[in-house]
Amino acid sequence: MSRLPRLEFDGVIVGGGGAGMRAALQLAQSGLKTAVLSKVFPTRSHTVSAQGGITCAIGSDDPDDDWRWHMYDTVKGSDYIGDQDAIEYMCSVGPEAVYELEHMGLPFTRTESGRIYQRPFGGQSKDYGKGGQASRTCAAEDRTGHALLHTLYQNNLKAGTTFLNEWFAVDLVVNQDGAVCGLVALEIESGQVVFVKSKATVLATGGAGRIYATTTNALMNTGDGVGMALRAGLPVQDIEMWQFHPTGIHQAGVLVTEGCRGEGGYLVNKDGERFMERYAPTAKDLAGRDVVARSMIQEIMDGRGAGPDSDHVFLKLDHLGEETILKRLPGITELSKTFAHVNPAKDPIPVVPTCHYMMGGVPTNVHGQALSRDSAGDDVVVSGLYAIGEVACVSVHGANRLGGNSLLDLVVFGRAAGIHIEDAMRQGIGHREPADDDVARASARLTRWNASGDGESVADLRRELQRLMLVNFNVFRDGDHMRRSISALAELRQRIANAHLPDKSRVFNTARLEALELDNLLEVAEATAIVAEARTESRGAHARNDYTERDDDNWLCHSLYFAADRSVAKRGVNFSPTTVEPFQPVARSY
Amino acid sequence: MQISIYRFDPDENEAPRMEDVELDLPEGRDLMVLDVLELLKAKDPSIAYRRSCREGVCGSDGINMNGRNGLACITPLSEAAPRGKLTLRPLPGLPVVRDLVVDMSQFYRQYEKITPWLVNDTPPPAQERLQKPRDRDKLNGLYECILCACCTTACPSFWWNPDKFVGPAGLLQAYRFLADSRDTATAERLAALEDPFSVFRCRGIMNCVSVCPKGLNPTRAIGKIRTMLLSQGI
Amino acid sequence: MALVTNVGSFGRSGLADFVLQRVSAVVLGLYALCIVGFFATTPDIDHAALVGFLDSLTMKAFTTLALVALAMHAWIGMWTVGTDYVRRHYFGRGHTVYLALYQLVCVGAIFVYVLWPLSVVWTVGGP
Repeated sequence: MSRLPRLEFDGVIVGGGGAGMRAALQLAQSGLKTAVLSKVFPTRSHTVSAQGGITCAIGSDDPDDDWRWHMYDTVKGSDYIGDQDAIEYMCSVGPEAVYELEHMGLPFTRTESGRIYQRPFGGQSKDYGKGGQASRTCAAEDRTGHALLHTLYQNNLKAGTTFLNEWFAVDLVVNQDGAVCGLVALEIESGQVVFVKSKATVLATGGAGRIYATTTNALMNTGDGVGMALRAGLPVQDIEMWQFHPTGIHQAGVLVTEGCRGEGGYLVNKDGERFMERYAPTAKDLAGRDVVARSMIQEIMDGRGAGPDSDHVFLKLDHLGEETILKRLPGITELSKTFAHVNPAKDPIPVVPTCHYMMGGVPTNVHGQALSRDSAGDDVVVSGLYAIGEVACVSVHGANRLGGNSLLDLVVFGRAAGIHIEDAMRQGIGHREPADDDVARASARLTRWNASGDGESVADLRRELQRLMLVNFNVFRDGDHMRRSISALAELRQRIANAHLPDKSRVFNTARLEALELDNLLEVAEATAIVAEARTESRGAHARNDYTERDDDNWLCHSLYFAADRSVAKRGVNFSPTTVEPFQPVARSY
Repeated sequence: MQISIYRFDPDENEAPRMEDVELDLPEGRDLMVLDVLELLKAKDPSIAYRRSCREGVCGSDGINMNGRNGLACITPLSEAAPRGKLTLRPLPGLPVVRDLVVDMSQFYRQYEKITPWLVNDTPPPAQERLQKPRDRDKLNGLYECILCACCTTACPSFWWNPDKFVGPAGLLQAYRFLADSRDTATAERLAALEDPFSVFRCRGIMNCVSVCPKGLNPTRAIGKIRTMLLSQGI
Repeated sequence: MALVTNVGSFGRSGLADFVLQRVSAVVLGLYALCIVGFFATTPDIDHAALVGFLDSLTMKAFTTLALVALAMHAWIGMWTVGTDYVRRHYFGRGHTVYLALYQLVCVGAIFVYVLWPLSVVWTVGGP
């Protein structure tokens, strides 16, 4: 294979969402040669769809608010497998990161005194769960993600970040020492394949909700970073933990923010009963997302679902009054009208728990450095590689993420990775040289698709994979079904290896992208299936019919999955925050 | 359903053409135009278009449907093609890369021209800068822009002077920063817009307002920029 | 060639053009009213009546002002039309030559439309 053209940067960030652009900003401001490589124009990244807000103890709604209370909520929400050093870092640094966003121009909604408006979200409490519901989620109406993403893009323009827009990351280039030297990427418009060399490569590729047939995720959320990491021989952590958001619009899958319930909306079954009062007497509709999603499915399974197929429940908002709805939830009004043909000021919105967020991902430390394992089973830093945002598992979300913590995760750890890379560069990290073979290996799957002559279509295989995952790895999971799915996925792997890319044209070939994305979907799906079957307990978002209880004796730990031998290992959870006493696991109730 | 779709691949060395396709649609649901495109693509993977969030927030799938710009993902078939035949073309006024994909660099350049970030030279406080709700309300109808380019590519003034006229999307953002009580660069921003093209090529045709998928009103924002320029010039 | 394409509009800024365009329109509007008023209130209109109407310093000055306004208004408008339509897209590489020619014709026409009536106005009646 002839040598690929090269580009060289100090830092390359793969993905132009909130995390990627926050890291890029940090690097570009320090004068490093920084590039954001994104398969879409950055403001099209999925952060743009985040609605409700960014949770952070800035003390606007309650001047006595304390980041430790936020930490407590997050640890509890994670069902105790969130790493407490990382959660401590996120919650304590959060206010600074949020103020920075405001200074950059993010148009937060304001209180009468001019401070940032905060709304209540699920799983939030004051005084370590003893002081009632907190209002801790900073919001820009119900378009916080959009406002955040555009603000970060704008500030990256100001800082002079190089944007490689509409470039697709094919695979990481790893040299013989196991160091990441950059990646092979495809410029979508020209079809040119390039080796992008960098001293630090940052995965900020977001989630993979598209392994499910219905999801709140964008069509491009295909787990590209997870796929790349697994193919590079790196592990993923807690990949079985998939959050189902309680309120996806029935059939369309479009997200309706938890902020609706924060503002006073609630769920009702077909009889109009506010059923969450039965499942979570204290927090009711603002219990953890996993709890609410399970309750909804239980209602539906018990025959109290609405509609001709009894397959959904309703989110009731009309009692809030048209004025509040228009002022606080204008985006939701728009989405409900378009996708549910319902005006929320008059009628309830049909909703169903929908795949929303990947809690698992590439394991990292608090600096965003990717971690792997040595032969003795100890953590080792993967040199040259970072992961931040949804693709990373740092882990602040554990088995269940709290609403509003995702945007905070993005900016806090995007920033932390940026700061760490900056320091590393100052200490003089050079480029690592890969062999030609290392680069060729990273373009292998591109070569394979380009050579494909005949076989099944990408669209058909993808549909089959998404159905399989939706049916068998939903809110409730069953051992037998999961085991059958694992064999089905192994078979799908064979079929995908022999699938056909009919269009081999050069310019803006989206068929080729969808083929490359299918490889990634398969990696994520298979990892999910194997680990979900292995974790023989119910914890957070992982609820099994055959192991209904949490099993702290065996599973108060992270799962680690290696694709090479499809093995699952356990990794300890961090219970050592530096400034507070650790929170010990107790039964979780809302 | 009858669909006519614009096809062009620069490598084929042929002029662009309209391709007619007959497609069976699932009964009983008013599909979005994007759903139709996805069905088409499952049949013919070579059709190229951009898409991502499929809920009208990311701004990827701005295309021209039966002569009207809009987002494919939130335009129902009943609205795009009430008489049955659907004609899909790329956004007008920008070079076509392939099929429905246009080269948006000119559009982005105009956005970059207006200094699209908050300028405030005073040292930031330890907390957030305060802003009264009524000042924050001035940003409503401005900050929501998703940069889909439906407005700008529907604007004849932009078709004539794409390199000099900032266009409705860029000007909406120009006003978003002019209207922000936290921004301190009003004079510089206005000075940069005073030439005969950047703002003043707007003729109030209002195509931008009629196609904006987010219901925003760039013409009003442009009027406000003019008023600010006038009151500053006098 | 750059000189030709960059030929200024009238004022130095879009703002000045915008203001001049509107001020000149107001002047032209008032002048039109004045003319319409004359025609409406004068029963028998002949050459003598016209000369009589124009033969005062006030009317001569007003007419001159209106003609200058016409020149500005027409130039800004025609310049704008030219920079919209005489583009490379339609006219190819040599579009700047066409633009220069177009502007020359406009300038010529405006000169004729202004100087000829001016010479008429200032030579009617007494000095």
